[in-house]
Amino acid sequence: MFARTAWLIFRKDLTVEVRSRETIATTLFFAVSAVLVFAFALVKEGRVVADAAAGILWIAIAFSGTLALGRTFERERYTDTLRALMLAPSDRPAIYAGKLAAVLAMILAAEVVLVPLVAFLFDAAFLKRPAMLAGLLVLGTLGFASVGTLFAAMLVRARSRDMLLPVLLYPIVVPVIIAGVQGTAALLQPAFDPAVVRFWLLLLVTFDVVFVVLALWTFEAVMSD
Amino acid sequence: MTIDFDRLEIDGVTRYYGRRRALHNVTFSCGAGEVVAVLGPNGAGKSTLLAVISTLIAPNGGEVRYGSHTARSAGALLRHRLGWLGHELQVYPELTARENLQFFARLMGVSDENAAVAAALASSRLESRAEEPVSGFSRGMRQRLALERALIHRPRLILLDEPFTGLDGPSSDALALRLRALAQAGTLVLLATHDVDLADQVLDRAMVLQSGRLTDVVAGAGWRQAYRAATRREH
Amino acid sequence: MPKWFSPTAILCGLMFVVSPVLIARSPDESAMGMVYKIYYYHMPSAWMFLLAPLVCGVSSALFLARGRAEDDRRAWAAAELTVLFGALTLITGPLWARRAWGTWWVWDARLTSSLVGWMIGWAYLILRRYGGPGSDKLAAGVALFGAVNVPFIFISVNYWRTIHPPTTVVPKLPVSMGVPLWFCVTAFLLLFILLMTMRLRLEVARTRLDALYVALDE
Repeated sequence: MFARTAWLIFRKDLTVEVRSRETIATTLFFAVSAVLVFAFALVKEGRVVADAAAGILWIAIAFSGTLALGRTFERERYTDTLRALMLAPSDRPAIYAGKLAAVLAMILAAEVVLVPLVAFLFDAAFLKRPAMLAGLLVLGTLGFASVGTLFAAMLVRARSRDMLLPVLLYPIVVPVIIAGVQGTAALLQPAFDPAVVRFWLLLLVTFDVVFVVLALWTFEAVMSD
Repeated sequence: MTIDFDRLEIDGVTRYYGRRRALHNVTFSCGAGEVVAVLGPNGAGKSTLLAVISTLIAPNGGEVRYGSHTARSAGALLRHRLGWLGHELQVYPELTARENLQFFARLMGVSDENAAVAAALASSRLESRAEEPVSGFSRGMRQRLALERALIHRPRLILLDEPFTGLDGPSSDALALRLRALAQAGTLVLLATHDVDLADQVLDRAMVLQSGRLTDVVAGAGWRQAYRAATRREH
Repeated sequence: MPKWFSPTAILCGLMFVVSPVLIARSPDESAMGMVYKIYYYHMPSAWMFLLAPLVCGVSSALFLARGRAEDDRRAWAAAELTVLFGALTLITGPLWARRAWGTWWVWDARLTSSLVGWMIGWAYLILRRYGGPGSDKLAAGVALFGAVNVPFIFISVNYWRTIHPPTTVVPKLPVSMGVPLWFCVTAFLLLFILLMTMRLRLEVARTRLDALYVALDE
């Protein structure tokens, strides 16, 4: 029942997003613009400050991810469909799981374009170790999205929700950003040490497990009045 | 496992937000087969009362009983028997009419999904537009679809918040007839509105809310005059 | 106010007045001389700064589970104390660092995480102020997530090289350094309890006032 409901909501969200293309287009465009702004800000004598590529990548993911979260739930708020989902007889955490999967898919789709773009513009060789990079991206985005989906859902009925989402979200996901940036930067080191990357991957896995479980536990309590 | 009920009892329900009292000691009961209106001006607490009955908001005092069950005792099973149609209609504009109905049928755990969707499309007279996205529908068409969405799992209690808003004459009449038919089939229909110009034959009774209190219950043929008199008395 | 409040407040005040004397009498540390003595205020502040979010997190978890208003009040008070003691820690720390190591701030793991924890406290308060009705439950969710983040702070200290003294400094200190430290810790703990009590009383009074307003309407 739980898996069925989560899958149903995941498929519905993807269908809606693919049809309207609004969120994926604006998320991607915003991420690319952010990358360009950073490029202009950080270029010195025609070359980018070393190691900036990892940071730029993850900041772009964080900012555009916040946009994607905001848009997804704004749509549910506008049509009041979140209320219809809450009134369904299914397990409420399944709603969270379905929405998380959909948001994760959207942000990962944007990253497919973003990562090669950053690698190209900043001459950053992280695509040389695709397995570890993919691990960092997937686990890091999952950590970000797990907290973000819960907070964005919580804020649907709150005042000042647009301002509050980044205010609440960014401090909590700092460990994810740090792990992502440090792990990605480690991939770029001339003396590559896989143990460093493995540590950050382990931290991300732990973070993800802890916070997804916590979100599933608290979703019902936090969403009810 | 399923549950059912044939009486709805609202017993001393109170709900406040800080210093603002949204509902105060509202007591009322009604049974399956009735069409009951919650009347009152804007800000009277109609939407809050409906939200409490739908189990989405817990009251600060009092309780709502669905037969012998309460929201806490029955939990998710109760939601099988409740339907909601709000002012925003709760349909996805990017999906087609059929996709919307299929989604909600599966979400609500309807067993004979295809039959239910076909029947819903027939009752709402949207069969010819079933494969079109809802974003292209008029308000009246969306309303009909949304009503079917709310009824797809055949709830015992259907709650409607301002359902007549934005409907023209013929659409209003059609909705009124549909509600009457639902009641005759055993559903308890509870609707909130500030619009007094409803067809006389729709309502059995009406509860009048003003500033969170239940000030009057009007029934019978002269309900419109009784309602106007009740609201005039307050001012 | 409960009966023990005034005597405790007086005791706490006296302890803070006496503490500079104890601190001045303690021996100078070999490398840093007199400067390190701000440590006697910095460490207790830092410990309260770790205690407060734990209280906030546990109270928030209880509030989400049981829905009792007293848990919510305690969480809110603890969040305010997080911001207060965080400010004290983040002011005394850099003052010490500047004299001891020549720099105001280092972006190492522990300092960064403390700053983040402080921001989470602020985020909680902003949410309660601007979130509108229902923000008590939302804030509880944020606090719970914030509190669960605390272990990640300790993990990062042990992994990264850092110029911040490692956590095992305290037990190894000779007694002459230990006595003033524990004295200050006690003073700060009393302060924590006093402030918490006052804040809770304020919130209870506010709730009673709201209830009176509602009752007046009848």
